[in-house]
Amino acid sequence: MPTFDLASVPLRDLNQALHAVEAGKNETTFEVVNPRGAHAVAVGIDAPVRVDVHGSVGYYCAGMNAEATVTVHGSVGPGVAENMMSGTVVVKGDASQYAGATGHGGLLVIEGNASSRCGISMKGIDIVVKGNIGHMSAFMAQAGNLVVLGDAGDALGDSLYEAKLFVRGAVKSLGADCVKKKMRPKHLALLADLLAKAGITDVKPEEFTRYGSARTLYNFNIDNVDAY
Amino acid sequence: MTYKNPPTTPRQSATFDDYTLSEIRRAAATGIYDIRGAGAKRKVPHFDDLLFLGASISRYPLEGYREACGTNVVLGARHAKKPIELKIPITIAGMSFGSLSGPAKEALGRGATLAGTSTTTGDGGMTEEERGHSGILVYQYLPSRYGMNPRDLRRADAIEVVVGQGAKPGGGGMLLGQKISDRVAAMRTLPPGIDQRSACRHPDWTGPDDLEIKIQELREITDWEKPIYVKVGGARPYYDTALAVKSGADVVVLDGMQGGTAATQEVFIENVGLPTLACIRPAVQALQDLGMHRKVQLVISGGVRNGADVAKALALGADAVSIGTAALVAIGDNDPRWEEEYQALGTNAGAYDDWHEGRDPAGISTQDPELMKRVDPVAAGRRLANYLKVMTLEAQTIARACGKSHVHNLEPEDLCALSIEASAMAGVPLAGTDWIPGKSGL
Repeated sequence: MPTFDLASVPLRDLNQALHAVEAGKNETTFEVVNPRGAHAVAVGIDAPVRVDVHGSVGYYCAGMNAEATVTVHGSVGPGVAENMMSGTVVVKGDASQYAGATGHGGLLVIEGNASSRCGISMKGIDIVVKGNIGHMSAFMAQAGNLVVLGDAGDALGDSLYEAKLFVRGAVKSLGADCVKKKMRPKHLALLADLLAKAGITDVKPEEFTRYGSARTLYNFNIDNVDAY
Repeated sequence: MTYKNPPTTPRQSATFDDYTLSEIRRAAATGIYDIRGAGAKRKVPHFDDLLFLGASISRYPLEGYREACGTNVVLGARHAKKPIELKIPITIAGMSFGSLSGPAKEALGRGATLAGTSTTTGDGGMTEEERGHSGILVYQYLPSRYGMNPRDLRRADAIEVVVGQGAKPGGGGMLLGQKISDRVAAMRTLPPGIDQRSACRHPDWTGPDDLEIKIQELREITDWEKPIYVKVGGARPYYDTALAVKSGADVVVLDGMQGGTAATQEVFIENVGLPTLACIRPAVQALQDLGMHRKVQLVISGGVRNGADVAKALALGADAVSIGTAALVAIGDNDPRWEEEYQALGTNAGAYDDWHEGRDPAGISTQDPELMKRVDPVAAGRRLANYLKVMTLEAQTIARACGKSHVHNLEPEDLCALSIEASAMAGVPLAGTDWIPGKSGL
C-alpha cells in the first residue's frame, strides 16, 4: 500500500499517482500522512480506489471525486467533496463551509459538525451529517438528500429546488420557499437506506422532519416578490 | 382674411421618449421587469471613437499583401504545461447550450476551428456537438455549476473560471421556463419548464484568497496541463485584473458592458458596468504595474465587430479579443430573411433580443426542434470562418499601415481619440492634440 507523507512529498506526487490508476493495473489502496492542512488533497480521482488521510486537511479535499472512497481521519476545511460525482467521502471530524457544494452524486458522511452552506447548490449528492450544520445550508439545492442528525442554522433550504432535507434536531429558521413536509413511507425508506449507508444504526427515521420546496418560486410571479 | 395661429408641433419628451413610455406601460401590465438577451444598446464611448494615425514620414508602413504581419497568439503559458496556440487573436466567447441550440453550438465550433481559434462552453455544460467540432475548446467553470463534470474538464483545452459577465457584473441569470427542454433540464439537474436561476457568485469560495486555492484545485485535477482563464465583468478593471493575477490566472478575460448575455434584466444590462473601451487601459495598467503584461494574457470582449475594433483593442494592450454577438450574427442571428417572422413577434431583424422566449426564427437561441433545423451547421460554420478571417485581414491591414509586422506590435501611440470622453477612457490623445484628459501632454 503506497503511503504519501506530505511532510516530505509534494502534493502533486499524490494526486498524480491517484490520477494514474487504471482499473486492475495498480494499487487501489493509498495512505496519506501528515497532510498538515494542505489544500486539494486527493482531488479529481476517477477510479475505484480507497484513500485514507490521517490528519486534518484544508480546502477542497476529495474535490470532484468519482468512484473513490476517501476517508479523512481528522477535520476538513471548506469545500470538502465539492462537485463530487460518485463514490464516498467520510470525514471523521468536523467540516468547514460548503461541504458537498454542487455535488452531483455519491455519498458524503460527516461524523462531526458542518459549518455554513453545507450542501449548497447540491445536484444529486447525498450528505449525512451526524452533528449540526450552519446557516444557509442547501441554498438553491437542486437534487439529492441532506440528512442532519443534529440541528440546522438559519435559512435552511433557501430557494430550494427538488433536494430533500431531513433534520432530526431543531431548525433555527427556514429560507425562502422551504417548507416542512409530511414524511411518507417512501421517505422513511429512503432515509433508512441513507442512514444504513452512513453506518448509523442507533437512530430511527421517524425521529426526523422532512423539508422541501413549496415550489412557489419556480416560475416568477410578481405577487411572490416579497419572498425574494 | 382671418389669421389662424400656427399649431405647435407636438414635442416628445427627451426623458419620457416612446421607448420609456412603452416600458412603463409594459411593467404596469405584467408586473415583471423586462428580461432580454444581448448586451447594452445605449450609446457609450466605443472603439468608433478612436482612429489610427497610420504611417507617413515619421513612421514607415509595411506593404499590404507583400510583407508579413503575424496574427498568432499564445494564451496561458504562465503555468500550464499545454498553453493554447491560436492562429488569430480572436476567440469565440462562452455561450451556453440551452441558451443556444445544438446546431448553433456546432456551427460555432466548426467556424472557429476552420479559422484556427477556440470556442467556449457556457452555463449548461459541454455538449458533444461542441466538443466534437471544436479543435480548441475552453470549458467554463460557472457559479451555477450546471452540467459541471470533471471528465469534461479533462476533455477541455483550457478552463475559464467565470466570475462575471460584462452585461451583468454582480448578477446572475434567469432562463425562463418556456425554453427548458427535457435535454436542457437534464443537463442542469432541474425539472423541465421551471425558471432556471443562475447564481451570481460561486457557492464554494469568496474573495481572491479563496479563488487562488480554487485555481490550485483545478490545476491539481487537470495535472497542471490546462491554462486557467479568469473572466470578469467590466466594473473595477484595475483591481479585478490585479486580483485575478494574484490568484494565479494564466489569462484574464475582461468583458465590457456591450458584451451579451442570454437573459437578464434590461435595466441591469443598460445600467451596470463599464463600457468596453473604459476597461482596457486600467486592466493593462494593472498588468504593467505587476510586471505581468504579456505574461498573463488579456482577452477583451464586449461589442467587438470588425478588424478595426480588434486592432484598437490590441493597440491598447490586449493580447486577443473575444466575440459573442457578432459570431451569432455571422451564423445567422437576426437575419433579414426571417423579417416577417420577427415582425410577428413584435420586433424586427436586427433588434430581436428576446432570446429567453425560445422562439428565435433563425433557430439559434431556441430549443424548438423545428426552428433549430433552420441552422445548417456546416454552412453557418463556413460563414463564421469567413467572418473571422475578414476581421483578421482587416486588423492586419491596419497594423501594416502603422508599420507593424505583427498585430501585437500595435501600441497606444498609433491611436488618437475623437472625443474627450474616449480620450480619457482609452488614455490616448485627443485628435490633433497631445492632450490626454487627466494626464499631461508630451
